[in-house]
Amino acid sequence: MSELAVHSAHPPGFAHQFETVEQQREAGHLGMWIFLATEILFFGGMFTAYVVYRSLHLPSFILGSHELLVRFGATNTAVLICSSLTMALAIRTAQTGGSKGTIIFWLLATMVLGAAFLGIKLRYEWYRDWVEGLIPGVSWLGGGTHTPGVKMFMCFYFFMTGLHALHMVVGLGILTVLVIMTARNRFSPEYYAPLEISGLYWHFVDIVWIFLFPLLYLIGGRYPGS
Amino acid sequence: MSTAIADIHDAPAEPAVNYLNASYGIRSWLLTFDHKRIGLLYLASITVMFVVGGVAATLMRLHLVEPQGALFEPETYNKMFSTHGIIMVFFFLVPSIPATLGNFLIPLMIGARDVAFPKLNLMSWYIFITGAALALYGTISGGVDTGWTFYPPFSSLYSGTHVVAVALGIFIAGFSSILTGLNFLVTIHKMRAPGMTWFRLPLFIWALYATSLIFVLGTPVIAITLFLLGLERLLHVGIFDPAVGGDPLLFQHLFWFYSHPAVYIMILPGMGVISELVTAFSRKKIFGYSFVAFSSLSIAVISFIVWGHHMFVTGQSVYAGLVFSVLSFLVAIPSAVKVFNWTATLYRGSISYEAPMLYALGFIGLFTIGGLTGLFLASLATDVHLNGTYFIVAHFHYIMVGGAVMAYLGGIHFWWPKISGRMYPDMWARISAAIIFLGFNLTFFPQFMLGYLGMPRRYAVYPAEFQVLNVLSSAGASILGIGYVIPIIYLAWSMRYGPVAGPNPWKAKGLEWTIPSPPPTENFEEIPIVTEEAYNYPAIEAHDYPDAPGVARV
Amino acid sequence: MTEHQARDYHPPHIVPVGTYVLVFLALMVGTAVTTWVAYIDLGAWNTVAALTIAVCKMFLVVLFFMHVKYSKGLTRIVIIGAFFWLAIMITLTCSDELTRHWEIVPQGWSAGALHIARLLFKGTV
Repeated sequence: MSELAVHSAHPPGFAHQFETVEQQREAGHLGMWIFLATEILFFGGMFTAYVVYRSLHLPSFILGSHELLVRFGATNTAVLICSSLTMALAIRTAQTGGSKGTIIFWLLATMVLGAAFLGIKLRYEWYRDWVEGLIPGVSWLGGGTHTPGVKMFMCFYFFMTGLHALHMVVGLGILTVLVIMTARNRFSPEYYAPLEISGLYWHFVDIVWIFLFPLLYLIGGRYPGS
Repeated sequence: MSTAIADIHDAPAEPAVNYLNASYGIRSWLLTFDHKRIGLLYLASITVMFVVGGVAATLMRLHLVEPQGALFEPETYNKMFSTHGIIMVFFFLVPSIPATLGNFLIPLMIGARDVAFPKLNLMSWYIFITGAALALYGTISGGVDTGWTFYPPFSSLYSGTHVVAVALGIFIAGFSSILTGLNFLVTIHKMRAPGMTWFRLPLFIWALYATSLIFVLGTPVIAITLFLLGLERLLHVGIFDPAVGGDPLLFQHLFWFYSHPAVYIMILPGMGVISELVTAFSRKKIFGYSFVAFSSLSIAVISFIVWGHHMFVTGQSVYAGLVFSVLSFLVAIPSAVKVFNWTATLYRGSISYEAPMLYALGFIGLFTIGGLTGLFLASLATDVHLNGTYFIVAHFHYIMVGGAVMAYLGGIHFWWPKISGRMYPDMWARISAAIIFLGFNLTFFPQFMLGYLGMPRRYAVYPAEFQVLNVLSSAGASILGIGYVIPIIYLAWSMRYGPVAGPNPWKAKGLEWTIPSPPPTENFEEIPIVTEEAYNYPAIEAHDYPDAPGVARV
Repeated sequence: MTEHQARDYHPPHIVPVGTYVLVFLALMVGTAVTTWVAYIDLGAWNTVAALTIAVCKMFLVVLFFMHVKYSKGLTRIVIIGAFFWLAIMITLTCSDELTRHWEIVPQGWSAGALHIARLLFKGTV
C-alpha cells in the first residue's frame, strides 16, 4: 500500500508514530487503563492508612463519622451516578454519529452535575465543618466530642475527599476541553477516542466516591446506639 | 531480516541526516518529541544529578577519615548522607537506564518509529527536571537531615530542615517515573513490529517491561506517602505521631511498599543490559531465554511482598517479620537464575574483552556478592546484628554501584556508537573500567567488615579502632571518583573526534544494529518484519560477516 | 492493512441506551439501600453490607459504563492487577499492624512449632 494512500485514509487526530488508527485507539485505551491503575494505588495508599487506623481506633472513627451528614453524602453519590450516565450517553452519541449539539448537551450536563457535587461539598459540608471547628490544622476546636481520635478521622476525611475533589476539578477541566473539541467538529463515529478515554477517567472518579461514601459516612452504622 | 542486512553494506558510514542534526537550535531539543533526543536530555540531566550526589559522597568519605570526623558538625554530616541518598536514589538510579537507554532503545529494538506517547514522553522529562530543581533548591537552602527514608516522627515533628521542599521534589519526579513506565508498557504491548512476538524480544525489553510494572504499581504509593508526610508537617496534624494515636510504622509500611520495589527498578534494567552485553561479547544465544525473561517478571512481582525486611528492628510485629523474612529469601531465586544463565551463556562462548564486556563481567561478580549478602539481611536473627550498620551500606552499594552503575556504564559504552555515530577510544574505556572496579571494591569491601564489627551507619563519628578500614574505604572512593570522570571526558571527546562507527561496529544482533548510526529521526525507513529469534548469533557467522569473530575490535 | 491490523481489529461495541438506564437505576437503588441499611443495627455486618454493595456498584460502573464487559482481556488484567496489588498492600500492612500485641513466639523450636500449630488450628494462642 503506498504511503500516500495510507495517509489520505487517516482521519484527523492520527498520530504518526502509529501504523494504523486501530493501533492508536488501542494504545490510548491501554494507556488510560494503566493510568487508572496508578490512581487505584495512589488513592489506595490512603485507603490502606485509613483501614489500619480504623481497625486500631474504631470508636473514635465512628464518633468522627457521625459528625458527617449522611444526606449530603448520599445526595452527592446520586449526583455523581447521574453524571456517569450523562458521560456514557455523550460518548454513545458520538459513537452513533449523533449531532455535536447533542454531544455537547450531555457533556455540559456532566459538568453541571460535577459542579453541583463540588458545590454541595463546599457549601453544605466543608463550610459547615469550618464553622464548627472540625478541619484539622485549619480550624480545629478541641474538647467535647472533638477528641484526638476524631481529629485523626477528620484528617482522613478531608485528605481523601479533598484529593477526590481535586480529581473532580481536573475532570471538569478535561470536560471543558472536550466541549471545545466537539464544537470544532473534531469527533465522528470513526474518531472519538478522547471522549472515550476521558469517560474512563470520569467513571473512575465516580467509583472512588462510591467507596468513600460508605467508608467515611456509614462506618459502624448510623442506628441508635452505634 | 535479509533486506535489512543488504542495507547495511549499502548505507553510508555516517548518514548525512540523522536525529542529531535533523534540526538545529536549543528549541528543537527542548521541544522535541523524538524519543532519542529525549533520551539524551535525560542523559544530561541525570549526569548532573550524579555529580551532585557524588560530591556529597566525596565529602562524606573525606569527613570519615578521622574517627571524630574531619570536616563537619554532626548535623551537617546528617545532611550530607541524606542528600547523597536522596539525589542518588530518586534522581539518578531510578531514572538512569530506563529514561536514557530505555527511551533511546525501546522503539529501535521492537521496530517502532517512536514510543506510544511522544508528547507525554517530553512532558515526563520536564516533570523530572522540575522535581530535580525543587530538590536541588531544597538541598542548596540547607538540605534535609532525615536520611533518604524520611522516617517520622523526626521528619514530621522535629526536623528543622527543608523536608517539604525536598519531599515535594521527589513527589513531582515520581510522576515522571509513572508516565515513563506507562509509556513503555503501552509501547511494548502495542507497537512491536510484525513478527516481533513476545519471545523474540531482546531481554532488555523484558527487563524494562518488568521495571515499568514496578514504576506503575509502586510509585503512586510513595507519592501519597510523601503527600501525607508533607500535610502532617504543614498542618501539624500528627498522622504518624504516636502521642495522638498515629503510628510511625504505618509511614514505614507505605514508604517501603514503594522503596523496596524501587531497588528492583534500579537493578532490573541493568540486568537487561547485561543480557545484551553477555550475548554480544560471547557471540552466543542467551542460555535459557524464557527463564531469563520470566525471572524479570518474577523479580518485579515478588519485590512487592518483601518490604517488611527493612523494618525487622523498628518495631514490626514478630509475626509479620516471619512472613517477610520467608518471602525475602524467595526473591533471591530469580536473581540467581539470571546469574546462572549468564554464566552458562559465557561457557564455550567466543569471548572478547572490550569495555562493555568488562563492565558486564564486573557486574556478574559484584552483583552476586551484593545479592548473597542480602540473604544475611533477610534472615531475621542475623539482621538484628547487622541492621543499621555498614554491612547494609556495603550490601546495597555492591548492588547499586557494583551492579546498577556498572551495567549503566556498560550499556552507555555498548550503545554509544549507535547514539553518537562515533567510537570512543577502547583502551581508555578499559582502563576506566578497571579503575572503577578496583576503586569500587576498595571503597566498599572494607564496609562489610566495618558493619560486621559493629560500626553504625549514618553516624558522623566512630570508635578509633575502625579508622584503618575507613581510611581504606575513603582511598577507594577517590579512585572510584577518578574512574567516573575519565569516561565523561573521552565520551565527550569521541562525539567530535572519534572514528565513525558505522551501523554495527560490534557485529551484534538486534534491530537497533540494522539501522544507521546515528539513526534517522523516524528510525526505520520501512518497519521491519522480524523472522528470527533474539541473539541468533550462529546465523551471523555463517554467511554475512567473513571477518573472524571474537577478535578484539578497536 | 497489515496482518497486525486485521487480527486485532475490534469494532467498538455500542451499548444500548436501555442498558445504560438500567445500570443507572441499579446504581441509584444500591445507593438508597446502602444508606437505608446503615440505619439498621446489624453489628459487624453493617460494614460487610456497605462494602458488598459498594463493590457491586463498582462492578456495574466498570463493566457497563467503562465498557469492560466488551473489552479485551488485557484491560481486565490491568484492573485485576491493580486491585490485587492494593490488596497486597493492605493485607501485609495489616499483618503487622494488627498482630503487634499478639504474644511473642516462645523460645525453642518445639515450643514454637506448638505455638504456631495452636494459632493455625484454634485461631487463638
